[in-house]
Amino acid sequence: MSYPLQIINLGKTYKNLKAVKDISFTLNKDEILGILGPNGCGKTTTIGMILGLLKPTNGKILIFGEEIEKKRVKILNKLNFISPYVELPKKLTVKQNLKVYGKLYGVKELNLKIEYLSEKLRLGEILDKITGELSSGQKNRVSLAKSIINDPEILLLDEPTASLDPETGDYIRSFLEEYQKEMKASIILASHNMSEVERLCSSVLMMNKGKIIDNGPPKELVNKHGRKNMEEVFLKLNRENNEY
Amino acid sequence: MNIDKMYGLFLRHFYLIKGSLPRILDLIYWPTIQIILWGFISKFFSIYSDYYNNTLGVILTCAILYDMLFRSSISFNMLFLEEIWSRNFTNLFIAPLKLKEIIVALIFTALVRSLIGLIPAILLTSPLFGISILKLGFPLLLLFLSLYIFGITLGLFVCSGLIRFGPSFENIAWSSLFLLAPLGCIYYPIDILPNFFQFIAKSLPLVYIFDEARNILLNDLVNYDNLKFAFILNLFYLVCGIGLFYISFIKARIKGTLINMGE
Repeated sequence: MSYPLQIINLGKTYKNLKAVKDISFTLNKDEILGILGPNGCGKTTTIGMILGLLKPTNGKILIFGEEIEKKRVKILNKLNFISPYVELPKKLTVKQNLKVYGKLYGVKELNLKIEYLSEKLRLGEILDKITGELSSGQKNRVSLAKSIINDPEILLLDEPTASLDPETGDYIRSFLEEYQKEMKASIILASHNMSEVERLCSSVLMMNKGKIIDNGPPKELVNKHGRKNMEEVFLKLNRENNEY
Repeated sequence: MNIDKMYGLFLRHFYLIKGSLPRILDLIYWPTIQIILWGFISKFFSIYSDYYNNTLGVILTCAILYDMLFRSSISFNMLFLEEIWSRNFTNLFIAPLKLKEIIVALIFTALVRSLIGLIPAILLTSPLFGISILKLGFPLLLLFLSLYIFGITLGLFVCSGLIRFGPSFENIAWSSLFLLAPLGCIYYPIDILPNFFQFIAKSLPLVYIFDEARNILLNDLVNYDNLKFAFILNLFYLVCGIGLFYISFIKARIKGTLINMGE
């Protein structure tokens, strides 16, 4: 059986800096896997390699049993990504952006899809507005619509609720839970928001200095380290690894 | 190649132009100013220069042809720079697009952008200066095509640099054409250049294109050998440009410049 995602001894070195050091993990079907760690621990580099934006120095990435290095375009059809650090063209309207990305992802019956997304993500009133003129919460919903326009089997999220107000953040989290259940999708969530990770993730990877220093379901990690919540686990592990 | 996906990339830039009157005016403004300026200069030369011998159209035609080269190259660069400025670069490269689909889509989009700017300027030459570039006849199409190919080739070289080195390469994107302009012998024959520069100039298709444009206008003759040689050189540089684009993409994936590319 091929897993949605299998990472085997993956490493990335930039000149003399080892950003990711021989990590291995598996993402199961229907799973939301959290990746936690301080800034610079290798989360974004790992996601970049999964998305084919970065070439691994060593190791393998298998997506549904196929190597991204060999079948990049075919695999990218099954993936999508959202990050507050990556934006959609600001001068285009919401509808134009969705049309463009729908075409780029080869979405069939695009108008119906846009209608569905606009209903699902409450975009109706802003469809004809310029994307750059939206509030950050609205922009986030548009990015979310783009990220699921191709019904990705694997969705990668890099701090999806960073800089959002609590209500919008909660809305996004609920939407992701619903989407994962409805589409049976597998999700990777890199986040600094520990309560978000505890709520959404069935399993968590703790990273530090490019290595996986612990992993498991959030509750198990909390019990194993004798702490009250994931935030305390995060702090404990990072202090042990001389991060603070 | 998937035409629908390439159309998607075209739409991204078409919507951008369509939705902004200042952008459209900007596209038209510079070629028009350029043509008007060279129109007056050529009017002056046609009266006072023996070489141009009352052929008012020579300089002006060469100016229009050079603008075709300039616009197609800048348009190609702009399509990439727009992605960097809007922090959309990552989204583009995680979309399931083959590199050749990106290249073809940008080549076509660059043509549309160039024509939006050039057509009004070309139309102005007739009422303002009594000159029609169409006088060149069928060879005009070949000259335009040749310049367009070289323009997008230069665009490919610059975009390779943008992919490989990031936004810091932007200044080179703007200055690349000004570097080649003196060697292109746009308004003068190659003999004007010192020997060493002649050697470099002969390796560029521009010399043959502009030489031929002047030949047609001054002597009313077409030397297809010049055009053929320009196309061979164009083909060589285009293949190099595409190759470099692929290599830059591979290098950028190793170096990490595709991630978080933005100003």
